[in-house]
Amino acid sequence: MSAPAADIRPAIRRDRLTGPQILGRSVLYAVLIIIAIGYIFPFLIDIATSFKTEPDAASDPLSLIPATFTTAAYQKLFLNSDFPLWFRNSAIVTIVVTLGRVFFNSLAGYALSRLHFRGRNVLFAGLVAIMAVPSIVLLIPKFLVINQLGMYDSFSGMIVPLLTDAAGIFIMKNFFESIPISVEEQARIDGAGPFRTFWSVVLPMARPALITIIILSFQGSWNELAHFIVSTQSPELTTLTKGVASLASGQLSQGTQFPLKLAAAAVMTIPVALVFFFFQKRILNASDAAVKE
Amino acid sequence: MSTTMRQPRRSGIRRGEAASGWLFTAPMIVLLGVFLVIPVLMALWVSFSDWGGRGSPFSSTVNFIGLKNYSTLLSGGGLAEQDFGTALKNNAWYVIFVVPLQTVVALFLAVMVNRQILRGRGFFRTAFYFPSVTSSVAITVLWLFLFSSTGAVNKLLTYVGIAGPNWFNDPRGVLHFGATSGPGYLTGPTVLGVSLWDWVGGPSVAMVGYILLAIFTTSGTFMLLFIAALQNLGGDVQEAAMMDGANGWQRFWRVTLPQLRPTLFTVLTLGLIGCWQVFDQIYAGTQGSPGKTTLTPAFLSYQAAFKNQEWGQGAAIAFLLFVIIVAFTLLQRWVLAERKVSRRRMRMYNIPPSSGTGPGQGASVDGAVLLAARGVARDDR
Repeated sequence: MSAPAADIRPAIRRDRLTGPQILGRSVLYAVLIIIAIGYIFPFLIDIATSFKTEPDAASDPLSLIPATFTTAAYQKLFLNSDFPLWFRNSAIVTIVVTLGRVFFNSLAGYALSRLHFRGRNVLFAGLVAIMAVPSIVLLIPKFLVINQLGMYDSFSGMIVPLLTDAAGIFIMKNFFESIPISVEEQARIDGAGPFRTFWSVVLPMARPALITIIILSFQGSWNELAHFIVSTQSPELTTLTKGVASLASGQLSQGTQFPLKLAAAAVMTIPVALVFFFFQKRILNASDAAVKE
Repeated sequence: MSTTMRQPRRSGIRRGEAASGWLFTAPMIVLLGVFLVIPVLMALWVSFSDWGGRGSPFSSTVNFIGLKNYSTLLSGGGLAEQDFGTALKNNAWYVIFVVPLQTVVALFLAVMVNRQILRGRGFFRTAFYFPSVTSSVAITVLWLFLFSSTGAVNKLLTYVGIAGPNWFNDPRGVLHFGATSGPGYLTGPTVLGVSLWDWVGGPSVAMVGYILLAIFTTSGTFMLLFIAALQNLGGDVQEAAMMDGANGWQRFWRVTLPQLRPTLFTVLTLGLIGCWQVFDQIYAGTQGSPGKTTLTPAFLSYQAAFKNQEWGQGAAIAFLLFVIIVAFTLLQRWVLAERKVSRRRMRMYNIPPSSGTGPGQGASVDGAVLLAARGVARDDR
């Protein structure tokens, strides 16, 4: 089986291209480039339109160069609206939630994968069951508990329920199971307690998984909308998602105000875009690594 | 180092682990217990009660009313039932279009981007995946602009001579094809307060906008899953098929696709679960309008509870939605379950004793490919 397979290889990966092959490749590139434009162009339109005047946005929605370049939308957004406050609130929530998830998810993931204690399997089964509950079912329930605990309309109500997530714990548990146990056993023999072993020996080795958790929590909490709708009502606690959603449905505006709305959409995309481009290699290859294990 | 040295200390280094185990998992137990498990139980109670949103749902003024909230939704005959039926209809059409399309687009992109000969694969992956990382609110805002009456999409359509609709303000069902009234046998009977004519009308033009948005934002994520699976496939099966003379199209359908079955299952399941929960886009965009044609059960649940103070009904909608999602997942698992090849098909794959000319040769190609795809050929690696 292997001998003919070895013979066939050079035949497939020939360097010289025949006419039909060149044609085939050109078609492939053309198709992919057209699709890629379809995926990128909306974002370019977003940015271009945010620098347009409102009549210009309506009369020439496709052009990427504003007829009259104006930063009026951004001025209004940053100097004359609650947008900076929304941005601050989103930043606070995202940073605290991400830190919390990195710590609590890895702590629980480590215990579930490495520490032997009665009830561990039951806990893990419960975790898997929780992952199966669709988040939208929790919309009303979450409000009920947050309200009952007196956390409604406060930062604690926005942050505490998000501090850990079942999927993140699951990722950490899987990761800890993939690293050899000998290193930490050595530490334990040397007299380090479980927390010490976790903190100084295991956690530093878990960097790839921790980065995955950081990416997921950052994106998740920055883009979260439903939870903030049910946990807050006062304008001082409005996050970007909630604020921009209210903009979209017409608050603060007369007419369509598309340059303003699209400027808001563009600015709120910048942080996740930065995280994405910073960790791009890892995000786009993470799924390979996860499956190849 | 050896096990004999470690063995006696085993109990020693395991000492105190039970306490640490519970201590380490305590935050998880408290957080997930208080904000996930208890809430679900509380909401289950609320769905059986007449709580109106004031005070505690456990106070003595709140009454147990059994299945009344559920029966109002399923057979009440009033506006609640009609809205629930409308929301189910809308979301069902959304699922019918989005799930297959996003899967096909994701698979197509993955197969294209995964070509070894392709240069700039990183660029294409980035381009296709980027919409997936952005917030659904931001994308919805962008979509409202692109699909506005004077927006970019309609501008593009004018270049090919089509006068585009006023997308997010157009309640017409696309499968009605412009007809304003249907035949009596369709407009008469109703299911869940919605006439059959409306049920078969397909998604409204406004909902089509959301369908395109969903495909735009999710295909990148699922593309990554397919790429990961494609890279895991052994090249030798492909080569065996190629050697047997299968062309690219045959190799994709007979070799690649069967091997992708587990990933396909994952993608379809995730797609289905996600599609039945569509909320953010509706909230940020049309909020159910025009003509309630973008109302979804998830948004209706929110609206009933938080806007109309019908908390019992809102919770009941959420649980009905939960049941729908579970039912669809199980149904799909059953449909896609690995089945034995039927006898008739099996005969096709049998290599006839006198191999050589005609259809026999084609059959032997399939036979080798089938064996290879089943992993038989993989064992000799």
